[in-house]
Amino acid sequence: MYPAETCPCTFKTLLPLLLSALILLLAAPCHGKDPEAQFREGTTLLVQGDFEEKHTGIQKIAASGDQRAETLFLALLDGKLFHLKKDKTLVYATLDNSQAEIKSVLSGETLGTVSHRKIKKITINNSLRSQLKDLLAKIDLKSADARIRTDAVNKLMLSLSPASSSLLTELLETESNSDVREALTTAMAIVDLRSLDSDKKLLALGQLQGNLKPAVRNELQRLLSEEKDINIRSKAESVLSTIETKTTLYGLVETLFFGLSLGSVLVLAAIGLAITFGVIGVINMAHGELIMLGAYTTYVIQQLLPGSIGIALFLSIPAAFLVSGLTGIAIERLVIRFLYGRPLETLLATFGVSLILQQAVRSIFSPLNRSVASPAWMSGSWQLNPILSLTTNRITILVFSLLVFTGLYLLLKKSSIGLQVRAVAQNRNMARAMGIRAAKVDALTFGLGSGIAGIAGVALSQLTNVGPNLGQAYIIDSFMVVVFGGVGNLWGTLIGGLSLGVANKFLEPWAGAVLAKILILVFIILFIQKRPQGLFPQKGRAAG
Amino acid sequence: MKSKLIAISVGCALTVSSLFSGQAMAEETIKVGVLHSLSGTMAISETTLKDTMLMLIDEQNKKGGLLGKQLEAVVVDPASDWPLFAEKARELIEKEKVASVFGCWTSVSRKSVLPVFEELNSLLFYPVQYEGEESSRNVFYTGAAPNQQAIPAVDYLMNDMGVKRWVLAGTDYVYPRTTNKILEAYLKAKGVADEDIMINYTPFGHSDWQSIVADIKKFGSLGKKTAVVSTINGDANVPFYKELGNQGITADNIPVVAFSVGEEELSGIDTTPLVGHLAAWNYFMSVDGEINDAFIESWQKFIKSEKRVTNDPMEAHYIGFNMWVKAVEKAGTTDPTAVQEAIIGVTVPNLSGGYSAMMPNHHITKPVLIGEIQDNGQFEIVWQTSGMVVGDAWSDFLEGSKDLISDWRSPLSCGNYNVKTGVCSGQK
Repeated sequence: MYPAETCPCTFKTLLPLLLSALILLLAAPCHGKDPEAQFREGTTLLVQGDFEEKHTGIQKIAASGDQRAETLFLALLDGKLFHLKKDKTLVYATLDNSQAEIKSVLSGETLGTVSHRKIKKITINNSLRSQLKDLLAKIDLKSADARIRTDAVNKLMLSLSPASSSLLTELLETESNSDVREALTTAMAIVDLRSLDSDKKLLALGQLQGNLKPAVRNELQRLLSEEKDINIRSKAESVLSTIETKTTLYGLVETLFFGLSLGSVLVLAAIGLAITFGVIGVINMAHGELIMLGAYTTYVIQQLLPGSIGIALFLSIPAAFLVSGLTGIAIERLVIRFLYGRPLETLLATFGVSLILQQAVRSIFSPLNRSVASPAWMSGSWQLNPILSLTTNRITILVFSLLVFTGLYLLLKKSSIGLQVRAVAQNRNMARAMGIRAAKVDALTFGLGSGIAGIAGVALSQLTNVGPNLGQAYIIDSFMVVVFGGVGNLWGTLIGGLSLGVANKFLEPWAGAVLAKILILVFIILFIQKRPQGLFPQKGRAAG
Repeated sequence: MKSKLIAISVGCALTVSSLFSGQAMAEETIKVGVLHSLSGTMAISETTLKDTMLMLIDEQNKKGGLLGKQLEAVVVDPASDWPLFAEKARELIEKEKVASVFGCWTSVSRKSVLPVFEELNSLLFYPVQYEGEESSRNVFYTGAAPNQQAIPAVDYLMNDMGVKRWVLAGTDYVYPRTTNKILEAYLKAKGVADEDIMINYTPFGHSDWQSIVADIKKFGSLGKKTAVVSTINGDANVPFYKELGNQGITADNIPVVAFSVGEEELSGIDTTPLVGHLAAWNYFMSVDGEINDAFIESWQKFIKSEKRVTNDPMEAHYIGFNMWVKAVEKAGTTDPTAVQEAIIGVTVPNLSGGYSAMMPNHHITKPVLIGEIQDNGQFEIVWQTSGMVVGDAWSDFLEGSKDLISDWRSPLSCGNYNVKTGVCSGQK
C-alpha cells in the first residue's frame, strides 16, 4: 500500500554527508509517516483485513490524528460504515429499505444511491468495539455534553496511570460542570493513591471519604493489600468501612425497590382475579390467558401504528381492557353462568377455556413469541448515585399498578355499579330482593375483572415475552396473592402482593431464586392453615 | 401343543401377509417418525424442526426416495408432555412401524423415550445440544456435546477476551446443571479461583431478573473482566437481556455468551439491547457458503416465507437425516441393527462448508462457531475452531465420567466402558 521505501528517509544514504543534517530534519515527520498515508493505510486494513488487522487499522487511523477519524469511528461503532463490493471503496451508508445512500469516507463527497446488495458492512467484534470506545473516550473528554464527559472520565478511571495526572489537571482547569469536576477529582485522588508520597496518599484518602464509585472501592482494596504504612492503612480502612456501610444501606434500598416492583406486577396480575374470584367466587383458570390477550392486543396495536411506540402503548390500555373484558363476558355468558355454585366444574371448564385460548393464539399468531418494543422513556435507568440506579420501566409499572388499583378502588366504592357489585357479593338473595339484576351484575363484574387482566397484559408485555404461555406463568402467582391477601378484599390484594414481592426479593440473594419461590409457597400454606381467611378476612355475615 | 400353536400362528400370519402383499407392493413406503411437540411450551422451538423434517423428506422423495421407495413422514404431537413422548414413541415404532425417528428437544423428553427405543430396538436422531453423560446404542446425538459448544466458548472468552471472572447462569434443570458442573471443573482446572465463579439457577420462564442482574453488575464491578456464561433456556432470555440493557450492562463491559439463544429465539424479540452479546453454536444462518445459501433458499420456499430463519438444530436434523439416508443405502435395508452398524463412519456435508462424520460413540464431528448478535437478529461470526471437533459423550472434566468411553463398534460395543477397570456398565 504505502510501503516504507517510498518514504524519503531512504534517500539519506544516497545523499552527501553535508546534506544529512537537513534531511534528518525532514525525516522527523517521516518517522511517524505521512498522516494521510497512514489514514489511508488504516482504512484499507478495515476493508480487507480480518479482526486482528482491523485492530491495527484502527490504531493507525487514530495515530494519524486525522480530522475524519472521529466520524469514521462513530460510524464504525454504529454499523454505518460499508465498502463497495466492486472496488472496495470505503463509504458511509444510510440504508433505506433496499436502497443505500452512500458518501465517500476519504473525500467526504456524496456518491448517490446504490442497491444494498452492492455494499458490504464493515463488521466489528467486542474487542474492536471496546477499542473504539476507548479511543472515543479520549475524544469524549472534550465533548460539549457534560454527561458524555462524565462517562468518559468514569471510563478513564479504569485505566489510570501516573501519566494521567497531567491530563486530569489540564481538564480540571477548564471544567465548569460540577459532576464532571467531581469525577475528575476522584480520578486525581486515585492517581495520588498510587504515588509514593504518604502525605499525598493521606490527603487523597480524605477526598475519597464517602465516595461510592466502584473504582474507588477497588482501589482501596488494592491499597490495603499492599500498603505497609500504619497511618495510611487505618485511614484507608475507615474510609472503606464507611463506603461499605453505605453500600449495604443502598443495597437494602435497591432490594426493597426490586421487591415492590415484583409486588406491583403481582398486584396487577392478581387484582382482576381478586374481583372475579373474590366477588363472584368463580375460580377462573383462564385468567392468565386474559392477561395474555391484553399483551397480544398491545402487539397488534403496535403493528398497526409502526413508528409511534409510545402512543401505541397508551392506546393499548383501553383496547386491551375492551378485548379481554369482552372475552371475559363471553366466557361468563357461555360457560360459567351454567356452573354457578359448582366450583369444581367451573375450575375444569375454565381450565379448558384457557387451553382453547392458548391454542387459538398459537394458530393465529404462530407459537413463536412476538416482539413488543418498549418506548425510549421506558428503557434505561435513573441513576441516583454510582451504586444505586432504578430502572425506569419498573418505576413506570409500579406507578401504573398503583393507578389501576386506585381507579378500581374508587369504582367499587364510589360508583353505583360498584355498590351493586358489593351488594351482590355480600348477599346475593338480599340484593336481588332489592331489585338488583344479579345476572347482569355477574356478567359486568366478570367483564371488569377480565378487562383489568387485559390491562395487566399491556404492562407485562413491557417486561416479559409475549407468547402463548404468558398467562400460565402468572396464574399460580395471582391465586397465591388473592388467597394470601384475603378473598374479596382489594386492600388485601395490594398489601398481599407487595409484601410477597418484597419477601421474595429479600429471600432471593440468600436462598437463590428457586428456593425463594418454594419458601414463599410453604409460608403461604402455613399461613392459610393458621388464618384460612387470609390477611384481611371479610367481616360480618358476608364472611360466611 | 406349543409347536402346533406356532404353526397355526405362522400360517395365519402368512395368509394375512399374502392377502395384503399385493396392495403393499403397489404403495410401499418407508416411514420416518417425527416426534416434536406441536403444542404446549416447547412448540415454540419444536414446530420448526417438524417442518424441517417434512422438507428434508420431501426433497429426498423428489430425488427418487430411498432404496427405490418413497419416504413417508409420520408426524405425532407429544404436546410438551414428557410421559406422552414415551407413549408417542411407542406408537410410532409399534403401530406405525417407522424405520427411524427424528425428534425430542429437551433432555427430559429424550430421557423419557430412551427406554422405549432401547426396548423396541429402533433409532432416534436427537438434534439439540445437550449435557452429554449419555450414550445409547439406539440414539444418535447430532447436536453438540458440551465439548462442542460450552468448552470452546469458555476458551474463547478466556483467551481472546481476557475474561477473569465468571458468572454461570442457568435455568434449573438437567442440561444447565450438568453443563455448569463441567464448566466449573474446567475453569478450576485452568486456575480460576472459587471466588471468581458465581453460579446462579432460576426457575423455568423466570421473568423478574432485577436482583440477579444487580448481583451480576456488582460481581463485575471489581475491576476484573467479567463474562456471563448463560444456559438460560427459552422464554426466560428476553426479560434477562432486557434487564441487562436497562441496568446499563452492555456487551463490551460484561459480555454474555449463550448456548440456547439462536436465530429463531431472536426473531421474536427486539434485539437492540442484545447487540454484541455472544452465542456459541455449530451453525449460524449467516455462514457464508453455497450449500448454506441453497439450504436457506429451499427452506424459505418450503415454508413460504422469506422472513423465516434457519438455526443450529435444523442443521443437526439436516446432517442426521442425510447420514441416515446414506447408512440405509450402504446397508441396503432399513433394519435398525444393520443401520446402526452401517452409520458409523458415514460422512456427509454440513452447512458450514465442511464434512461431519458419525463417530463410534454415536456423536458427530462439528465445527464450533462463536457469533455476536447483530441488530438484524443475525449473528456475525467472530471466531471458529480451525477444524472439526469430535463430540465427547463422557466429559473429561467430571469425576466418574472421565474414565468412561463409548464405542459401539464390535468387539467393544459398549456405551460406557471404563478404561481403568475394563468394565462395561449399563447397556451393551
